[in-house]
Amino acid sequence: MNQRPRSVCISLLVSAFLVGLAALSAGPAEAASKLKVVTATTDMAALAAEVGGDRIEVESIARGYQDPHFVEAKPSFLLKLRKADLLIVVGLQLEIGWLPPLITQSGNPKIQVGGPGYLDASEFAEILEKPTGVVTRAMGDVHPLGNPHYWLDPENGRRIAHGIMTKLVEMRPSDAAYFQQRWEDFSQRLVAAEKVWDEEMKPFHGRKVVSYHKSWPNFARHFQLDVVGYIEPRPGIPPSPSHTIELIQQMRRDHVKVVMVEPYFDLKTPNSIGSATGAQVIVLLPSVEAEKEATDYFKLFDYDIALLTKAFQATQ
Amino acid sequence: MRHLIIFCCCFVLSSGILLAQEKDNTQDRFKALEERIAALEAEVQALKAARGVASGTPGAAVQPAERAVASPEAASVVAQAAQPPTPEAQAPPPPVPQTVTATPVLAGESPGLLPVYGGASAAAKALNPDISVIGDFLGSVGKNPFNPVPALAMHESEVGLQAIVDPYARADFFLSFGEEGVNLEEGFITFTSLPWGFVAKVGKMRAAFGKVNTLHNHVLPWTDRPLVTDNLVGGEDGIDDAGISLTRILPAPDGIFLEATGQVFRGDSADVFRSSQSRDASLVGHLRGYKDITDNTNIDLGFSYARGHNDAGAAFGSNAFRTQLYGLDATLHWKPLRRSIYHSFVGRSELIWSNREEPGVPQQAFGFYTSGDYQFARRWFIGGRFDRSDRARAANLTDSGFSTILTYWPSEFSQIRGQYRFARYADGREGNELRFQFQFSLGAHGAHPF
Repeated sequence: MNQRPRSVCISLLVSAFLVGLAALSAGPAEAASKLKVVTATTDMAALAAEVGGDRIEVESIARGYQDPHFVEAKPSFLLKLRKADLLIVVGLQLEIGWLPPLITQSGNPKIQVGGPGYLDASEFAEILEKPTGVVTRAMGDVHPLGNPHYWLDPENGRRIAHGIMTKLVEMRPSDAAYFQQRWEDFSQRLVAAEKVWDEEMKPFHGRKVVSYHKSWPNFARHFQLDVVGYIEPRPGIPPSPSHTIELIQQMRRDHVKVVMVEPYFDLKTPNSIGSATGAQVIVLLPSVEAEKEATDYFKLFDYDIALLTKAFQATQ
Repeated sequence: MRHLIIFCCCFVLSSGILLAQEKDNTQDRFKALEERIAALEAEVQALKAARGVASGTPGAAVQPAERAVASPEAASVVAQAAQPPTPEAQAPPPPVPQTVTATPVLAGESPGLLPVYGGASAAAKALNPDISVIGDFLGSVGKNPFNPVPALAMHESEVGLQAIVDPYARADFFLSFGEEGVNLEEGFITFTSLPWGFVAKVGKMRAAFGKVNTLHNHVLPWTDRPLVTDNLVGGEDGIDDAGISLTRILPAPDGIFLEATGQVFRGDSADVFRSSQSRDASLVGHLRGYKDITDNTNIDLGFSYARGHNDAGAAFGSNAFRTQLYGLDATLHWKPLRRSIYHSFVGRSELIWSNREEPGVPQQAFGFYTSGDYQFARRWFIGGRFDRSDRARAANLTDSGFSTILTYWPSEFSQIRGQYRFARYADGREGNELRFQFQFSLGAHGAHPF
């Protein structure tokens, strides 16, 4: 029975140790330090970097070449999240399979859903493909709130950047002028770049294309492409032989000559469709840093548009 | 009594302060709202004027771009007030074309209406929790003399109810329905906004002892649980009890994730722990280290400890006998990020030591399993597991076995699995079984921790 005082002592020691550790690692908040921004994807990181400049430190959880639907909720991400001042998510349930447990486990009150450091970028963007009727999983892995690949329209890029700017101003009023200046500069550069992109894509307006996954509605709308079919029979369902045969027939009928594939999908089925229809298969990037060249939001569109225009010219 | 009075005083004082703050807040909010309405009115006027101009010109397609830029600004009046006119206002961007694709028409597309963007439909979502049901159908052919299972059984239907409770917490309930009877598998609140990075859980939960004990049936890579879990850690139910859990990430060298968890439970878990008095609590501690070796490969190590009273003295009304469990777990994950949906490998092992005090000699048992699962195509997994374990109540008896597993995923939401299982029990009897399993999920089941 003399174990009781000993166990009390041990528990006290352990608690003291834990509290000590907590106090050590909490530290005093430095007003002058950079805002720590963590984003779900590289695209949000690129847009945040445009606006935040050197007053923020920004890091993405997913890599640009990774399927953003299927990221593993690795504990190492918690190390980033626990210190974050701001978490920017794509939203529309894109990250539903991995981000919620990370947020819960982070022990960081700021970035909890609805917290002062939680920003859902889809609030600012124009969202397409919101299901209007009954939604069931018979449609595959549909996103009931709309298509989450909305950053691929430069107009949405501008809106998201504006939303991020507003948030940064709110969090750091002392740097408000800096962030506003950065946003205006970004917006002007985007206007200029859009003119070039639109000009380059103009000859190919209305061209029919096929894509692997429904990643491109916003991109297609902006650049006036007509996505007539998908290699996936339903979102998230791998290609089936019968659907592939139907797609080949449709592509022959509609004279579709370009197949767009995201970098994280296997090229076997797209290539066989390409050889059956004479269409060019191109690996189009849905995200910043999916290839070495696509280092920022502008270079992402530069890369994709160069690839597309080349493919369209070759298959006139 | 004195404590009670002090508490009451504090409560009254703090609620007074809160009320005063609330009054101030309300006034501020009214003011902000008034400003916002004024700004929105100006916005609508500007839009009406712009539309009037545009409708007179043939290139009316400039509308959506302008509207779109206006909308985020309207949503952030405070920022707007502090901000000079945007470049768009002076030089409108190139028109966003009215388009071509077969996408559903947005509310905002029809002329004269403001566009409806993401936030609006999210706001319409009811406050119901996310509800999910996961069905687990299990069949078996062959024989298992020691631990027979029915030929066909709707083994478990797990209902999950999950939602954010308030700005400080979320809650998760998992009700496990057998063919007969219900069990609250887990039901707990998680406090996510505690100071100093602590995360607390209160309720009934699976204890953080090793890996397998924390996992629900439907996320196991097998149709069963390893022999060591059956023999030493309470089998399918495992250490699953009502209590309090506290977790914190600990400071560690760069790139290493270190996390400590401490849990106190009532002390009733399957056949492992049994409390006969209110102070017979059981304790569980877990220390976890994790490191990314490369982008594609990572290693996860854990040490667990649990102790509580057992039922050895129940026959003569004594609670003097305890069981202590020690566990080591190691997991190696490999998943190439560029092809993450097609290939992956998980190698896993757990070693568990049990020290069970009994009226005679204490039983010191040891057991382990080692398993590997390889995903060789988008929908296909193949795996194997080796088992060996002493029995907790008779440590000189050792069971062993192995399994091979093949899994097919028609989609993310259903799974078909076959498992061949061989077991050699301590008394010399053997089990040879072919087990098959269908799993299917409805609704939005929240993601499980890594």
